[in-house]
Amino acid sequence: MTYDKNSKKIVDIIQSFARKHSLWILGYGTGCGAIEIPPTMTSRYDGERFGLRGAATPRQADVLLITGYLATKTLKRVIRSYEQMQSPKYVIGFGSCTINGGMYWDSYNTINALDQYLPVDVFINGCMPRPESVISGFIELQKLIAEGRADGAEKYQKNLEWYRENQKKVIHNWKMPDYNW
Amino acid sequence: MEINWLKVLGIVITPIIAFLVGVTYGGIVRNITARVQNRFGPPPTQNLWDIIKLYSKKTTINHGVMQHLAPVFAITASITTLYFIPVLRDSKIFVNLSFSGDLIFLLYIMVFGSLGMALGVGQTGNPNAAIGVSRGLSMMVGYEIPFVLSIVAIMIQFQTTSLNELLAVQDKFTNWIIFQSPLAFIAGILAFLGMMGYAPFDVVIAPAEIASGPPSEFGGKYLGLMQTSGSIFTFAKLVLFTDIFLGGAGDFGTLVVKTFLLYMIPVLTGIVNPRFRTEQAIRFFWKWPTAFGILAVLVVVWKE
Repeated sequence: MTYDKNSKKIVDIIQSFARKHSLWILGYGTGCGAIEIPPTMTSRYDGERFGLRGAATPRQADVLLITGYLATKTLKRVIRSYEQMQSPKYVIGFGSCTINGGMYWDSYNTINALDQYLPVDVFINGCMPRPESVISGFIELQKLIAEGRADGAEKYQKNLEWYRENQKKVIHNWKMPDYNW
Repeated sequence: MEINWLKVLGIVITPIIAFLVGVTYGGIVRNITARVQNRFGPPPTQNLWDIIKLYSKKTTINHGVMQHLAPVFAITASITTLYFIPVLRDSKIFVNLSFSGDLIFLLYIMVFGSLGMALGVGQTGNPNAAIGVSRGLSMMVGYEIPFVLSIVAIMIQFQTTSLNELLAVQDKFTNWIIFQSPLAFIAGILAFLGMMGYAPFDVVIAPAEIASGPPSEFGGKYLGLMQTSGSIFTFAKLVLFTDIFLGGAGDFGTLVVKTFLLYMIPVLTGIVNPRFRTEQAIRFFWKWPTAFGILAVLVVVWKE
């Protein structure tokens, strides 16, 4: 019997099922889209049915949910929070502002495209997206996890220099502590 | 020396059963909470998937040796506690490592996990975690007093410090200690509310307030180990209270019914209550449960 590296073992199936059905969200809710998160999690739409749960700290979280525009000042905090999360970790860009800047496209202090700075797995379109589309975005993420295509953390580590260069272009006072993730 | 293989089997499978039952109870509790809040909630296996996911994380942050050992202390304390509690009465497999003074030993070993966690959490350097630890240890000072008073009242009443002898006393329904010594039960169950950490006594791990407190710097496998330990410890505490007050259980069906009903007391109290501050919680514990505990001891001594 030959050992095939790409073959799926039963452990991998259980692991990807568990990862898929247990997404702990670190909500970075500084944008206006954060107002759609409470209805998603409470009795009307009940995100907990899909295993979604809020995480208290970045260390415990799986999904970084960025709701809306990011000022260059908050981008620094987002990067720091993202690097504190334990891999495998996923990023969801929420709302038009994370895709192309949205209504802040010509603002002097917001970033336009989030995937220049962090590896985004799923974008949820809309200004602002309703809870239905938020849930459909999470289900899309679950599909990607099941297929093994949600590999943002690996992409980030592989292309760290490129991401760092982009990040330092907009964050002028780059004073980040050295830490491992 | 002859090896008692049934005992070895019991020692191997007791923690596994405790983990599975505790984790399923956790999921059912999330479901019940969801129903109270007019939601459907996750499936009952949700906590199990959460723990498997935490174990299958690829990276885990480590701040030092003590932080590395903290979850190990916690799970050691949980499993040790479990081993000294008879899970089923008169069972050949689930015979515990009982000895004549195991109630006193349990009073000591049950706080070992929290103290080990406190040591380890100190090394993470997270201010939220330090606040959580100080709150947790203060709460422990609060609920340990009525708990010890209620246990001492029972020890005096039945002149024993052994759980197996207490089980032997409660041979039929009317002889359960909840009926023989109701004041001790009231003190014990109020202390139990604090022990389980549900609202109104959930100030230790207040997620919206101090970012989940002690485990705030623990991620991945460490958190998985802590949640495993929590599930086992929940089951151990439930079985302990069932053994002391509700006459134990002869088979697993009875055990599940009794422990589940007992578990619903802190859970249902928790769902409808807001959170006490630390000093309010301690004031509560040192007022009513302690009064009932002292009364229980007095009544027992007066009857002698």
